[in-house]
Amino acid sequence: MAERAAAIDLEAAAASRRHFWSRFAIYGLLTVFAAVYLIPLFVVVFNSFREQAEIARDGLISLPRTFRLEAWAQAWSTYCIAGTCQGMQRNFLNSLWMTIPATIISTLLGAVNGYVLSKWRFKGSEVLFTLMLLGVFMPGQIALMPWAFVLGKLGLTNSTYGLILVHVVQGISFTTLFCRNYYVGIPDDLIKAARIDGAGFWRIFWKIIMPLSPPILIVTVIWQFTGIWNEYLFGVVFTSGQAQPITAALVALTASGTTARSYDVMSAAVLIGALPPLLIYLFGGKYFVRGLTQGAIK
Amino acid sequence: MSIHDLSVPIAVPARSWRDRLGSIVPILVLAPSLAASFVYVFVFTGWTLYLSLSDSTLLPSYGFAGLDNYVSLWSNRRWNIAYTNLFLFSGFYIVGSMAVGLLLAILIDQRVRGEAVWRTIFLYPLAVSFIVTGTVWSWLYNPVDGIQALVRGLGWSDFSFALTSDRNHAIYAVIITGVWQSSGFAMALFLAGLRSVDPDLVKAAQIDGASVVRTYRKVILPTIAPIFLAVAVIQIQFAIKTFDLVAALTRGGPGISTTFPAIYVYDLMFQRGEIGEGAAAAVMMLAALAVVLVPYSLWVVWRRRAEAGNG
Amino acid sequence: MTSQSLSALTIRNLYKSYGAVDVLKGINLEAQPGEFIALVGPSGCGKSTLLAMIAGLESVTSGEILIGNRLVNSVPPKDRDIAMVFQSYALYPTMTVRQNITFGMESRGVPKADQAEAVKHVAALLQIEVLLGRKPGQLSGGQRQRVAMGRALVRDPKLFLFDEPLSNLDAKLRVDMRTEIKKLHNRVGKTTVYVTHDQVEAMTLASRIAVMHQGSVQQFDAAQMIYSRPANMFVAGFMGSPAMNFIPAELGDGAGRPCVTVRTVDGGTAALELAQPVPAGAPRNVVLGVRPEHIYRFSDDLKHRKRAIAAVKAPVELVEPTGAETLAVLRFGDLEVTGRFDPDSAPRTGETMTLGIDMARACLFDPTTQSLL
Repeated sequence: MAERAAAIDLEAAAASRRHFWSRFAIYGLLTVFAAVYLIPLFVVVFNSFREQAEIARDGLISLPRTFRLEAWAQAWSTYCIAGTCQGMQRNFLNSLWMTIPATIISTLLGAVNGYVLSKWRFKGSEVLFTLMLLGVFMPGQIALMPWAFVLGKLGLTNSTYGLILVHVVQGISFTTLFCRNYYVGIPDDLIKAARIDGAGFWRIFWKIIMPLSPPILIVTVIWQFTGIWNEYLFGVVFTSGQAQPITAALVALTASGTTARSYDVMSAAVLIGALPPLLIYLFGGKYFVRGLTQGAIK
Repeated sequence: MSIHDLSVPIAVPARSWRDRLGSIVPILVLAPSLAASFVYVFVFTGWTLYLSLSDSTLLPSYGFAGLDNYVSLWSNRRWNIAYTNLFLFSGFYIVGSMAVGLLLAILIDQRVRGEAVWRTIFLYPLAVSFIVTGTVWSWLYNPVDGIQALVRGLGWSDFSFALTSDRNHAIYAVIITGVWQSSGFAMALFLAGLRSVDPDLVKAAQIDGASVVRTYRKVILPTIAPIFLAVAVIQIQFAIKTFDLVAALTRGGPGISTTFPAIYVYDLMFQRGEIGEGAAAAVMMLAALAVVLVPYSLWVVWRRRAEAGNG
Repeated sequence: MTSQSLSALTIRNLYKSYGAVDVLKGINLEAQPGEFIALVGPSGCGKSTLLAMIAGLESVTSGEILIGNRLVNSVPPKDRDIAMVFQSYALYPTMTVRQNITFGMESRGVPKADQAEAVKHVAALLQIEVLLGRKPGQLSGGQRQRVAMGRALVRDPKLFLFDEPLSNLDAKLRVDMRTEIKKLHNRVGKTTVYVTHDQVEAMTLASRIAVMHQGSVQQFDAAQMIYSRPANMFVAGFMGSPAMNFIPAELGDGAGRPCVTVRTVDGGTAALELAQPVPAGAPRNVVLGVRPEHIYRFSDDLKHRKRAIAAVKAPVELVEPTGAETLAVLRFGDLEVTGRFDPDSAPRTGETMTLGIDMARACLFDPTTQSLL
């Protein structure tokens, strides 16, 4: 009896040891990866509060000894980019005035398109959907010259409005795809019931589809906002100088280091450029992943 | 009035203009987006295709030049390097980010504490632009200021980590940074896939005596095979369109060692005034995408048909 | 025109095709005011499509649908004066029960006070007053079902349409709700078209049943007629559970009386005397249709009670007691026949019993056309 109990104890001890080591390995690996993912962030955040002199002395990757906000102030309003010394504020606002309208317009269009393509199908609507889907796969480069021409004709070169137009047209494919795939999951019976109840196209959209849409609208808004804010190619091609969005300004700023590189100001500038999508992601990331896997990727 | 109504003894209620309007509202609503997409996808592509066959240089011009631009493009060493880089980068980038993403997803799937925190840490780079990522990593790769300097400062005086200043290895700096940026995205999709596997399937495998590793290899991963493909396709698109990452990280250098088609298109069109050849390079990018996406879409359609056939 | 001939719903020669596929092939139906019609058939028979066409949710390929005496072929659903209860209930998930019920009235611009009055009335009728403030997600299956009916009732329509409304409920609740639907129909007396794949539901609820198969109506008749005189082998097999037994037989003349010869288990034959004369023009080979409850344990007493009992021997292969009755699988030549017995006189597995078949209730079918002789 006692022998058997001891044997069971031994087995249990071995199992719990195995369990301990496997947990140790899991958390160990996760920690190593987390360090790799976080270190670049910490480096930038620290350096944005350090003094350039300190960075030069202690190295780029080091804990901060000082804490000052001058670099942020400089990056925001006085640092010189390609001869103009107004910091990044103009570019930040450009990005904001480009991203917010483009996100709202493309999301709304996507929602309505998705609604039509899932709940009001007509002959050939699947073909049209496939056509719109092709836009998802188009490399921006293939549209550069035509866009340059069209924007020129419309008088929208070097303007935020031009970029809004480009991003809306490019974004419709994504937003339509997301919304359509999500709406397909809403039972058709709801629409039928509403039609019998006397509701028309728009009433069904606003009263039934829209109240069910927050999960997919969050995905679409986050996708569009981060995508448009972070976009660089169209920004650098269709605008210049003070009209550029923040991504283009960042590249210009980090390239224009004439003498010693001022890592403090550049770090602050990088963070200013990264902050809006980061905030959006921190607040909505949970819903983003959930929604993305619920319907968007199929 | 349609033909079969003619025999009707009772008056047919004529459809009011409101009903008629109601039935075309969906099409009217869709029309602007459709028109825009049509122009964007077909007209713009056709336009660039035509430019690639034209004699355009500094300004678009519509004289027909046949395949001259393509010949000149492919005889250029820089383009050949760019195209080779694209395949090298795509391969390593996709395999790398999927491998890291899958590993992270499986680790997180082991009922770890603070799952939300780990997920947030691995996913946040997705929110950040390639420009920001590229800029910061270019500092870390910088031999004078970055990681090499740090390790040497710790006493390892022959430590060498200067990928971006080495022609032969700079491409790996681009790959590593790309993987860092996008493996979290792969992780999120894989994790969702793992979570969607029927728990009874896993229980059945456990009762059958399968080890954890075997359960993953033989039961769980095969059921989420479609996710692998979806992740790969999404990553390939990133890879082929990648312009920002290289622009911020290496600017194509040192020399021309990290030139990519996307960079080259930009240079030809807007720096060197070779619009025709730039258009040809853009068309080649589209071709590279098509090589990947056409078989994939056919597969998706085929699978959907097969599923519909079974259901 | 007398009020008798004015029907609540008339369907004439209705066709529906999707491309080259004909889903409905010439449907003719009509419902008297206040009547309860059931459309029953296996999945894919077109019954739900037919209902959707009555509702106006599907277009008409050809033919006519009249509600009252008004041709509604191209009238949109909202103007057909109908209400519909869906299989999935289709309750608007983001609205409360009250909002679900008033949504239709709001769409039509009914004054608020009238809306409140109507909701009060319907909620009392269905005993859902306490649920009015809840969302559909917080309701049980039976409660959702009630709300769905409330939403339909509040319309006070000419025509009620039900699309398999009970199939998502568990067995016990389904029986309860079935009773309630019947009570409700008796009370409000509205013309109702009810789609179901459950023949018991159809039998219990409907005054007349249309049995559908492969896009056409096989038989449209009173429930009892459908059961006792099925128009063809499909209807006979579909209505009733366990299904009617089909036994290949040969028409003959036994001792001057018409009879059918069937094969028995020992390879021999048995002649069963028919209760009615053989219909004119019947083929020599027929199919004998016998419902399980018309197979008895043979006894002299039985012979006295029933007019036409034919005796035949069969071994018992399997016995399935269900409590109220006992089903037995009997070997009959090379086919199996199910009999339904009183538990007291139930056979035992392995026994060879003498069966008494009630020939007065048996049906004869033509095996080529499958229709009733």
